[in-house]
Parts: sequence; C-alpha cells; structure tokens
Amino acid sequence: MAYLSIVALIPLAAVLFRSFENGADGFWNAVSSPEAVAALKLTLIASLIVVIVNGVFGTLIAWVLVRDEFPGRSVVNSLIDLPFALPTIVAGLTLLALYGPDSPVGINVAYTRVAVVMALLFVTLPFVVRAVQPVLLELDREMEQAAESLGAGRATVFRRIVLPNLTPAIIAGGGLAFARAIGEFGSLVLIAGNLPFKTQAASFFIFSQVESDNIVAAAAVSVVLLAAALVLLLIFGWLSKRALRHEE
Amino acid sequence: MRSKYLLRFLALGYLALLLGIPVALVFWNAFQDGIGAAWAAVTTPEAQHAFYLTFVMVIVAVPLNTIFGVLAALAIVRQRFRGRALLNALVDLPFAVSPVVVGLALLLVYGRRDGWLGQWFADQGVQIIFSTPGMILATMFVSLPFVVRETIPVLREIGTEQEQAAATLGAGPFQTFFRVTLPAIRWGVAYGVVLTTARALGEFGAVSVVSGKLSGQTETATLYVENRFQRFDETGAYAAAVVLALLALVTLLAMNVIKPKEAQA
Repeated sequence: MAYLSIVALIPLAAVLFRSFENGADGFWNAVSSPEAVAALKLTLIASLIVVIVNGVFGTLIAWVLVRDEFPGRSVVNSLIDLPFALPTIVAGLTLLALYGPDSPVGINVAYTRVAVVMALLFVTLPFVVRAVQPVLLELDREMEQAAESLGAGRATVFRRIVLPNLTPAIIAGGGLAFARAIGEFGSLVLIAGNLPFKTQAASFFIFSQVESDNIVAAAAVSVVLLAAALVLLLIFGWLSKRALRHEE
Repeated sequence: MRSKYLLRFLALGYLALLLGIPVALVFWNAFQDGIGAAWAAVTTPEAQHAFYLTFVMVIVAVPLNTIFGVLAALAIVRQRFRGRALLNALVDLPFAVSPVVVGLALLLVYGRRDGWLGQWFADQGVQIIFSTPGMILATMFVSLPFVVRETIPVLREIGTEQEQAAATLGAGPFQTFFRVTLPAIRWGVAYGVVLTTARALGEFGAVSVVSGKLSGQTETATLYVENRFQRFDETGAYAAAVVLALLALVTLLAMNVIKPKEAQA
C-alpha cells in the first residue's frame, strides 16, 4: 500500500490538488479555454469513432479467428497482441511508414484528424478481439443449430442468438479501448503532430501546457481526462453487466 | 459459403492494412540503405546509451513491480482487511491514466520547482525529475498493474488446501510460500512479468514528460526514436524502431509460450 502510494496515489492526488490551486474559477477557466475545449472534443470524438470501428471489426476478427479455418490462423491470432507489445512511438512510426509523406501507396494522412483516428485504432485493436474471443469459444453451438433447424437464416441466427451472447464482452472490451484511447500519447507524436485546434489531442494539450509552464491548466485538463476515464469505465462496466442480465 | 470468404477477407484485410503492412514497412525502411547502415545507426554512442538506459528502467522497475504485484495479489486474495476492495480497484488505476498525466503527477510531487517533495530531495542532493530516478518512477507507475492482475486469478484457482497442508506439516509462512504457493503461481507471475517488461521497454509519454530529453543522458530508446525522427535521420529512427519491434516480437513469443502452460495448469 505504501509502494502504491509513493508511486501512484500521492502523485495523482497532487494533480487533483494543483488543478484547484486558483479555486474552482481557475479550474473552470483552464478547462474552458477554446484550445482546451477543442483538444478535449477531438479526443472524445476520435475515441468514440475508434470504439465503434474496433467494436465492429474486433468482433468480426474474433469471429473469423474462432469459427473459420485457414492456414496461418494461429500466427494471425498471436499477432493480434502486437499493438500491446509494440512501444507506442514505434506504432506511430509504423503507421507513418505506410500512411505518411513517404507512403509507397500515395496515401498521406499525416498531421490530419484521420491520422489521430488511425493511431488510436492501432493501439486499441486487441481489446475487443481479446474480450470477445473467449466468449465465442465457450458459446454453445446447439442454440445456433436449433435456430437453424427451425428455419432461421444465417443473418437471423447471428443477430438473434450470437450477438446477444457477445454483447457484454463487446461492451467490456470497448470500454477498455475507450479508456485507453482518451489518454493515448506516444503513438500520436509522430503521425498526428500537435497542431492546436486541429490535431491536438487532450494528452498533447497537457504536454504543451507542462512545457510552457502552465501547470494549473495542465493539471485541470488532466483531472477532466482522469474523471472521464473513470466514469467511462464505470458506465461500460454497468452496461456490460446489464447486457449480461438481459440475456438470462 | 461466399459470405464466409467475405468475412475472412474483411477481417484479414483490416488487420493487414492496420497492422501487417505498416510493421513490415518499418523493417523495409530500416534496411533501405543496407544492413550496414542500420547497424551503424543503432551502435552510435547516443543510441547505445539510449538502449542502456531503457535496460536500466527494465532492470529496476520489473523486479520491484513483481515483488509488489505478488504481495498485493496475496493480500487481495488471501487476507480480509478493511479497504481490500479499494486496493483491488486502485491497482487498476494506472491503466485508466494517460501517460502524460502520469508524468505531470510525478512532476508535481518530485519536481524541484513544482513538487511537494522536490525541494526536500534537492536539499539532500537527490535530483528525481529530469534524471534517472524520475524516469524509473514513471516506468514503475505505468507497468504497475500487470503482475497483480495476472497473479490474482491463478491464486484464486489453486485454493488454500495445499498451503494448509504444508502449514499442518510444520512449514512456516516463508517455507509455505516458497515451496508451495510460488511454484503453483509461477506461470501467472511469469506472464505478468512479460507484460510488465513489454510496457517498461516501450513507455514513452510518461518518461517523456519527466526526462527533460537530454540526448545521451536522459534519453531512453523510445525517446531516441522520436529525437532521430524529428531530426530527419530516418534510418536512425527506423533502425532503433526495428530493435524495439524485435523486442516486442520476442515478448509476443514469450507470451505465447507461457499462455498455454498457464491454461494447462
């Protein structure tokens, strides 16, 4: 507990404390400055897009990995974790290699908002896949066979039988991805740049404020991010539980 | 049947565009000017120092977090005390915190000018921020939860029967831990250690805030990649990135070797 305090709790308390150094007004002024609002908005919208896209593709990838048979499946399966293992700065460089100014296919999204979304897609890819996969493996296929024998088409079986069973896992994975996305920094450094009002994510806003010695603003936006992450985790946890109950 | 191939194509296509092709291209770019140029780029004094510093981060942060992780997992699973649920929740906190916020948080406690304890440490002649101790703290912070998270389920799974048997036969708490508990949870702990190492190797944001980025002094391998890239030394950036990517692949391999064993146990 002492270790946890020294490394994590006391420093986080310091952030909270310093953000209110100039009173509630100071806090509010810091987080409602146009630059801060633009950064927070970009972060939230980009994260939301990322959660939806990776929610769909993550489920699809999990489905293909569990239900499909093709050569190299186990290799693909272990590569899913690569974004977790790869340092975030390398992740950014990686995307820049294909989608940057020197792109061999002529697609250049560097320093645009598309780049922000792509980087976040990359780093949060494994969450939904890894949440859905075990549930799909455990899923009893008898239900699906029963539905099929009663004349349900494949789409109906998926929508009425499989999807409801997967929903809690998709939501849980999506929640983790969301929390990760709103705080992401390393992968954005090289590909998104740090253009205020355009590609400056909230984490970059904090970083700039620290660099220019504006500690109160940095701490205030940090508190907003922290609160957002915690609230999101709670909401997604609650949704996931509710979906679980609904199924029973 | 056609829908099956369509799904496979969509899933693999998405992975290739987002993951496969970009990673392959990094390797391609690094060796663009030949293996010799890439080798020369990662053996410059600055590059060597950066990798050495990353190694220091790992060698300090991983053992400390492993010891803490096992102790915390034991406390959460085996003991009943007030605040147990709170500890369980707080351990996950670093996952929900942006790396930049981690850096800022450490700055506000240990920084010389802005920190609560910074001046005291400075009076003792210890500089934490913009120096190695601060970077180690940042690394410890972000990689804190892994061992705890991986050990708790295994600890729940094995139950207490064997430990009780050992205690009945006269083993002390230490003997019980080292001869009964630790061997039973070793794969869970090992998996946690692998994840901790991967995170410690790759941390960028938190370290970036507290390091001061002095080339050749407080520059880790990830900061080195950024620095090289910003200075238009693409071969240097890609070559160092490839080294880090190879380390990530080794980590991935270790994860895959350990995981099935954990499942068998």
